[in-house]
Amino acid sequence: MKHTLSVLVENKPGVLSRIAGLFARRGFNIDSLAVGITENPDVSRMTITVDGKDHPIEQVTKQLHKLINVIKITDLDPKRTVARELALVKVKSDAHSRGEIMQIAEIFRANILDVGRKTITLEITGTYEKINAIEQLLEPHGIVEIVRTGRIAIERGAK
Amino acid sequence: MKGSEAIVASLKAAGVDTIFGLPGGVVIPLYDALYDSDIRHYLVRHEQGAAHMADGYARATGKTGVCIATSGPGATNLVTGIANAYMDSSPMVAITGQVRSGLIGTDAFQEADITGITQPIVKHSYLIKDAKEIPRVFKEAFYIASTGRPGPVVIDIPADCQLDEIDYSQPEKIQLLGYKPTLKGNMKQIKAAAKLILSAERPVLYVGGGIVNSGAHKELAELARLLNIPVTTTLMGIGSFPETDKLSLGMLGMHGTGYANYAVTHSDLLIGVGVRFDDRVTGKLETFASGAKKIHIDIDPAEISKNIGIDVPIVGDARGILGELVRELKKARPGKTATRAWNKQVSDWKKKHPLSYEEGESDIAPQHVVEEIYRVTRGNAIICTEVGQNQMWSALFYKHTKPRHFITSGGLGTMGFGFPASIGAKVGQPRKTVIDIAGDGSFQMTIQELATAVNYNIPVVVAILNNQYLGMVRQWQELFWGKRYSNTCIECQPDFARVAEAYGALGMTITDKKDIADAVSTAIKAKKPAVLDFRVRQDENVFPMVPAGKSITEMIGGHK
Ligand SMILES: Cc1ncc(C[n+]2csc(CCOP(=O)(O)OP(=O)(O)O)c2C)c(N)n1
Ligand SMILES: [Mg+2]
Repeated sequence: MKHTLSVLVENKPGVLSRIAGLFARRGFNIDSLAVGITENPDVSRMTITVDGKDHPIEQVTKQLHKLINVIKITDLDPKRTVARELALVKVKSDAHSRGEIMQIAEIFRANILDVGRKTITLEITGTYEKINAIEQLLEPHGIVEIVRTGRIAIERGAK
Repeated sequence: MKGSEAIVASLKAAGVDTIFGLPGGVVIPLYDALYDSDIRHYLVRHEQGAAHMADGYARATGKTGVCIATSGPGATNLVTGIANAYMDSSPMVAITGQVRSGLIGTDAFQEADITGITQPIVKHSYLIKDAKEIPRVFKEAFYIASTGRPGPVVIDIPADCQLDEIDYSQPEKIQLLGYKPTLKGNMKQIKAAAKLILSAERPVLYVGGGIVNSGAHKELAELARLLNIPVTTTLMGIGSFPETDKLSLGMLGMHGTGYANYAVTHSDLLIGVGVRFDDRVTGKLETFASGAKKIHIDIDPAEISKNIGIDVPIVGDARGILGELVRELKKARPGKTATRAWNKQVSDWKKKHPLSYEEGESDIAPQHVVEEIYRVTRGNAIICTEVGQNQMWSALFYKHTKPRHFITSGGLGTMGFGFPASIGAKVGQPRKTVIDIAGDGSFQMTIQELATAVNYNIPVVVAILNNQYLGMVRQWQELFWGKRYSNTCIECQPDFARVAEAYGALGMTITDKKDIADAVSTAIKAKKPAVLDFRVRQDENVFPMVPAGKSITEMIGGHK
């Protein structure tokens, strides 16, 4: 099962490397990782998606906790969490296919960022699944490049 | 004041009076500040020696050990010592010089990214960017190294930060958002543990280095004696329970005693305290105490259920928890009858499977040397060991009775640790007799520290069990690799007694077993460093032995 860990860390040099190193060394696989500052400039948040298949998630979080710069870890409950990802997709397109691609974009509420002679670049926000779905639809046109941010997530409600 | 002076002031504020190290270009400012201070600095001959000395000092005293090295090769020479301290949870602060801030990242002369290199083997590390950080970083470093599960902390300090002027003041409080070790055990869990213990018929206490680190030996003994629970220790736990006690099972695991391994395997309750269910202890996990409920007390929550499922985990400091547990148990006014049959069984195993070895006419059995050292020192010495057969014989054939009196590289198994560690231990406990029981291979890895021992007249005794082999590897080749002794014979070796003399230490060669005791007492009385070269039987093996990955009752040799 995939877990989304929301990890508050001290905003200090080397923290990302400590966390990435820990994952590598203990044989935990990272599916995606997104880092950004929070409302407190001394604190950053990392959203890490991991597969709990090979290693019990408890070992992952306990080992993370041992890092001095890690302040708090929440294993987000998928039922009570909204998660989003942003993707930029550059697709091949000519006068012929442009219309269909724009239609797909509209259905998925994707923004069109750039239209060139041979390509269109779209911006899509959504769940992991939604981005996979649009990727599939665009595939036949030929995807030149896709850039994804990795998942970020927040708990619903007042908490 | 200058950054370098702030470092010295911070060290003094942390209570440091002893340091081991060796200077180089970028730490000249720091050494210049040390020159005027009353901190005793021991100049080593190789930085690995400094790290092991700091570690040995820490293990013998319970205080945090400190070592210093210069940037680049000086710092990388510390790496083995830092890893060693990490694996055995030993409190250490390692200070390294770094190239000037402006040069970092340019592959400057003697630049090595030591905080990067040591990242997997430290509890924490700092790269100082501004001299103003010095007081805070040092205060935090000593706090982190010595609290919770202890471990090494690296502080890397660029040359310019040692020269910059700062307004020095000691920070009052430590503010670490992400570091709050749990010390007090959860009372509900302690009660649950007490309940399990009261209903157990075949309980065993399985205890390790956590008892030593937390100073919980008295509480442990009280718990064991309250209900007559047999106690087995890991290599790191040796000395935390007196092996002269009838409840002692000695060490368990790969080279454990037969009776310890049988008792654990047949137990119905295993009480692990300050242990980590290491593979050298458990053998095949599926069969390790498989019929037993398990209580695990440890300060590091990440150790709970890491290797094996636990019924009642208790996170916190062993001493406090064992104290509470004893109080809780006493409320039930337990008798000792519940474990009577079990203790009878254990004592039968002891009679049936004692540790044994063959004595020769005049040739020296290495185990006999260890027994003689025990006899001469009356069990009061601090015993350090190297790694290999010498280590296991020291664990098995000396009756250890006191915590912090057996110093050995458990987790990393570092050949060359014992001798510098013995120097550090002697510096920390000058009134104690300190003996490094060594292998001829291991001793050659840090033999140059004889100069340090002689330089400061630190009278440690090195007792080499000289079998002219990398003996433990030779043993594996004999037992599991068809006696193909690939690269384990080290007959080409110096005359150790003469090497010792050349350094200015006492040197003796012993070839007859009747001379062992005399040699040991002469060396102890010599009041200077001494090296005893015991020419022992070459093909002796450590028994019993559980082949790697087998169940711990599948022992070969050494028991009937
Ligand atoms: C630094 C290091 N290198 C290699 C080893 C692997 N090793 C384990 S025991 C051993 C033999 C040690 O020989 P010696 O010190 O003579 O001890 P003996 O086993 O003969 O008592 C070796 C090579 C090790 N533990 N440490
Ligand atoms: Mg040897």
